[in-house]
Formats: sequence, structure tokens, C-alpha cells
Amino acid sequence: MPADPTAADARKPAASRRLPEEAAAIVDELDGFRRDMLRFALLQLRDRASAEDAVQEAMLAALESADRFAQRARLKTWAFSILRNKIVDAIRRRTREASCAAGENEMNDDDFNPLYTADGHWQREMRPATWGNPEQAFENRSFWAVLDACLDDLPPATARVFMMREMLGLETGEICRELSMTANHCWVVLHRARMSLRLCLDQKWFAGAGEQR
Amino acid sequence: MISCRHAARLLSEALDRPLSAGERAALRLHTLLCIGCRNYRRQLALLRQACRRRASGEDAMPSTED
Repeated sequence: MPADPTAADARKPAASRRLPEEAAAIVDELDGFRRDMLRFALLQLRDRASAEDAVQEAMLAALESADRFAQRARLKTWAFSILRNKIVDAIRRRTREASCAAGENEMNDDDFNPLYTADGHWQREMRPATWGNPEQAFENRSFWAVLDACLDDLPPATARVFMMREMLGLETGEICRELSMTANHCWVVLHRARMSLRLCLDQKWFAGAGEQR
Repeated sequence: MISCRHAARLLSEALDRPLSAGERAALRLHTLLCIGCRNYRRQLALLRQACRRRASGEDAMPSTED
């Protein structure tokens, strides 16, 4: 295998690179969930070109280390773990280039005032209700589309912090160093993101999924 | 007793940092008495679970079947 294969090579038909049969099968399999990977990368990076790049890099890295990967049934999980690393790299490159953008476009805490009474208790109709069995939601494909839509509705700076934490699994210390924010600011942003997502899922999914009190 | 507004903030921060003993006690007392905040805690757990699944590619998105 060449030392510097271009990203596009990973998509070429197997024959043109004279890949071993094993590798060709892996390319086929990776291609099978390429769209899932792209959708995930797009959600994180919000930029088509860098999302495509991250997916190509991840597919190539997956292929190149395929011999170290024995258990084929978990190929998708494995490819996604590589993809997550590529996305973190892309975010790091981006935050190094751009000056700190924290504060831009962010939600104000007052947005949640209507949820509470003056003394800080839940308004009766805003009080979180039972969501029922999560497994039932997770098995439903439309649930994941609703989740993506709710994530897309977050202000970009808020979404970035939330997804670095909950999807890429970074610690808040790493996130605030990366984005030059204080730890406290980071916790507040995460709190706002969870609050918004909870409301969004409640309205767009769980409220419509039947009376679950 | 702490307010729901304060409890909601602590329930979120508990996912990101270790709470102090005092914060843990205040939260435990509050959630013992408040069904809304108990539900909120479960919803945050579900949200985290959903995001981890989404990030591992193990959700039930279309086009996953070969």
C-alpha cells in the first residue's frame, strides 16, 4: 500500500488498487454505512467539506489497520471510533485557526424563565414528566432523526460544546482548554444544551408518543 | 431546600464534575421530595445514553442494513 494514498482512493473500486480480497470486502462493508458516518460527521462539524474529509480519513485509517481488526461484526463501531478521533482532530485544527468564538450566538439563561415560577420551582405544565421506556424510543428510527433535528436547532457554539462532551466523550477540562473558556462557562453551556434538548425531545417525540405520565 | 432551578443545574453538572458533599446532600434531599426533578434526572440519563449510541453508530438509522 502506498505511503500517502489520497482520501479518494478509499472509494475506488477494489480492483483498481489490487487490494487483497479481505481488504476489498472491508471497503464494501465500510461503504455500506458511509452515509451514516457522513451524517454523524456533518452533525458535529456543520460543514460538508470537512465532514467529507473526516469520513474519508476515517475510512482510510480503518482500511489501513484492517489487519489489526479481527472481529468483523463490530466493524461499524470500530469505524465510528476512528471517525470520532478524526472529528476531534478537525475541531482542534479549526479552533487553532479561528479565534475563540465562545459567547457568540449563545442562549441566554433567561430563555428558561418561563419554565419556572418566581421562586424557582417548575411551572406545573412545564414539570418534566416520565418518558417511559427509552429502549422503545431507541429502536425507532424516527427517534434518531428527531434527535439530530434537535441537535441542529441548538446555537452552533452550544452544539459544539455539547457534542464534544456527549458524542466525542471529551472531559470538560479538555473542552474548555480547546475552546479557551472557563470550566464554569462550559458547565453552564452544557446545562443549557441539555435543557433545550430535553424540551425539544419532549415536544417533538415523547409528547406525541402517547400519554406517558 | 434548593429550588428546582438550582437542582436542575446541579443535576447537569453532576454529569460533568464531582459534586461537593454539600451539593450531593442538597440534591438528594430535593429529589427525594420532587417528582419533576427525579424525572429530569432520568431524562438527562436517557439523553446521555442516546448521544453515546448515536456516536457509536449503533443507533437504528436507515441505511445501516446491507
